[in-house]
Amino acid sequence: MSLDISFIGILIGSIMASSVPLILAASGELITERSGVLNLGVEGMMIIGAISGFALMVLTDNLFIAIVGSMLSGIIISLIFGFLTQSLLTNHVATGLALTIFGIGLSAMLGKNYVGIPGKEFPVLFSGLKEIIPFFGPILFGHSVVLYFAFTLPFLTNYFLKKTKLGLVVRAVGDSPVSASNQGINVILIRYSCILYGGAMCGLAGAYLSLIYTPQWIENMTAGRGWIALALVVFATWSPIKVLIGALIFGGITILQLHMQAIGFRIPVQFLSALPYLMTIIVLVVISRDSRKIKLNTPTSLGRIFYKEK
Amino acid sequence: MEVPLIKIEKRNDAPMALYFFTPFIAIILTILGGGIIFYILGFNPIEALKFYFITPISNLYGFSELLLKATPLCLIAIGLSFCFKSNNWNIGAEGQLTFGAIIGGGVALLFYNQDGFYILPLVILAGAIGGMIFALIPAILKTYFNTNEILVSLMLVYVSKLLLDYLVVGPWSNPEGFNFPETRQFSDSSRMPLLFEGLRIHAGIFLALAAVMLSWFILYKTYLGFQIKVSGLSLKTAKYAGFKGKTMILVVFMISGACAGIAGVGEITGPIGQLHRMISPDYGFTAIIVAFLGRLNPFGIIFASLVVALTYLGAETAQIFLQIPKYTGQVFQGMILFFLLASDYLLFFKVKILNLKKNELRH
Repeated sequence: MSLDISFIGILIGSIMASSVPLILAASGELITERSGVLNLGVEGMMIIGAISGFALMVLTDNLFIAIVGSMLSGIIISLIFGFLTQSLLTNHVATGLALTIFGIGLSAMLGKNYVGIPGKEFPVLFSGLKEIIPFFGPILFGHSVVLYFAFTLPFLTNYFLKKTKLGLVVRAVGDSPVSASNQGINVILIRYSCILYGGAMCGLAGAYLSLIYTPQWIENMTAGRGWIALALVVFATWSPIKVLIGALIFGGITILQLHMQAIGFRIPVQFLSALPYLMTIIVLVVISRDSRKIKLNTPTSLGRIFYKEK
Repeated sequence: MEVPLIKIEKRNDAPMALYFFTPFIAIILTILGGGIIFYILGFNPIEALKFYFITPISNLYGFSELLLKATPLCLIAIGLSFCFKSNNWNIGAEGQLTFGAIIGGGVALLFYNQDGFYILPLVILAGAIGGMIFALIPAILKTYFNTNEILVSLMLVYVSKLLLDYLVVGPWSNPEGFNFPETRQFSDSSRMPLLFEGLRIHAGIFLALAAVMLSWFILYKTYLGFQIKVSGLSLKTAKYAGFKGKTMILVVFMISGACAGIAGVGEITGPIGQLHRMISPDYGFTAIIVAFLGRLNPFGIIFASLVVALTYLGAETAQIFLQIPKYTGQVFQGMILFFLLASDYLLFFKVKILNLKKNELRH
């Protein structure tokens, strides 16, 4: 296999495609965490998004409804988490775990009749330009609209958090819920909204997998991507732009491992598959050692229960 | 005219009875919730629930299977209770189970063509050490590098599963196995003795019961147990009292890892008899639910492990009789934890119903 320039272009294009679910889910979780809520249910919300998106596509034959429906189902399932943690003041870690376990089970139950049904081709944009322009063609063009959205999302998230008033409110709620509450901010309402937004993005990330990336329904098809997305938020020290970079690195490893397998590279494939997880641990260690670095963006009240005496 | 008004008050002293009663509320609500889900999916809810919760244990074989599945759940949950009681979020027991099984299985493979009474104890010891070492990674990173143990222990689950996959496909695969992803069968000397002819229940259950007794002793009768409980209640108090936090974190992770490792060895030397890719149906994750449902109490955990083991068995039965995917077990497991956490609200808050005269309301 020759490593010519057009092949590298295609390779980069496929790395981008494989990083989309990570960008979407991690960007959503980032907002949730910035408001001080740790939702470990990312994997569960993604898999629910994946099955509901696919089922709606089969039932309605309409991809728009499928995409919107997957986001709605992500919102609905995250509402369980929101109600428990915000209204009933349950522990974030345990509730998130329950959400993931529940989501994986429920998706398999709902998806029972959808196994083996072929998916539908998802329309791509500018596919003409992809063929004409060498190298940059496969990188920039011929992707689904969801991919373009995913690649703008970190910048939008960054703008939202840094430049808008609401973004400031979210950060204030995450850093100091008591002071925010004293300022007249409805902490619970803000946290609910951030949880539901995270649910919507995770739902979309799941739908990307079942409608676009590998257009079919397979039980447990998110295969740990939700956990990687969670790690990615920490990896990025809660900075949206770094989420994008991290997702590309992790997506790159996934793709690289497929290609190395194809050319008969001698490192066992399992070691390459383990790389994203090992890298996450290493990065966690590096950033956690320097407490100033991690404190810079870490929501101070992350995972702590907020209760206002009425 | 009297109008009922619901008032919610925070309380500091939840009655102990309520603390151990709410898990039962959670179980009842889960069964009701399951019935509703079955109804929505188009099954007769009564019949489906019967297949789920009664059919599996209506004969001796089923009862033995229940104990077989409860054994690893109980062992792991006992270990986890040490971590959770002291506010250490080890959620990677599945990884510690897998690594324990790898090390224990490795020792069993060394003796694949030998016999001897000493082999099984060696295998169990190796598994415990394996799980312990694997649990030490997040513990050391937490104590010395301030790294979040939730993410590290979780990431290691995937690493250990990939390592197992590599071993059973590659260097450890059975030379006479036609390239199936599995190792040789262990010799009889590395297998857990069966308790009854024709049933799969094995001696591992005694290890689980020993763990229950030992954990009760450590938690309630020793200084270490006192330290663990105080640290769980308030880290500041623990520091003030001069407890060495770091050592304690390492110890609770080691206990937890050893229990998970032994559970892994119990599976491969018990019902499985070799190493292959799927040595555990996520026992390590489900045991987290068991630990909570059992209220982190050794005897509560025995009860909880039986309840949760039934969701595994029920899912298998429902798959056979109703063609529902096995994953429904997880729906029940998730619901149990949801309802349990929700019913904890009753522990922290008092719901008072006041009967006020209507004109009093205006004030």
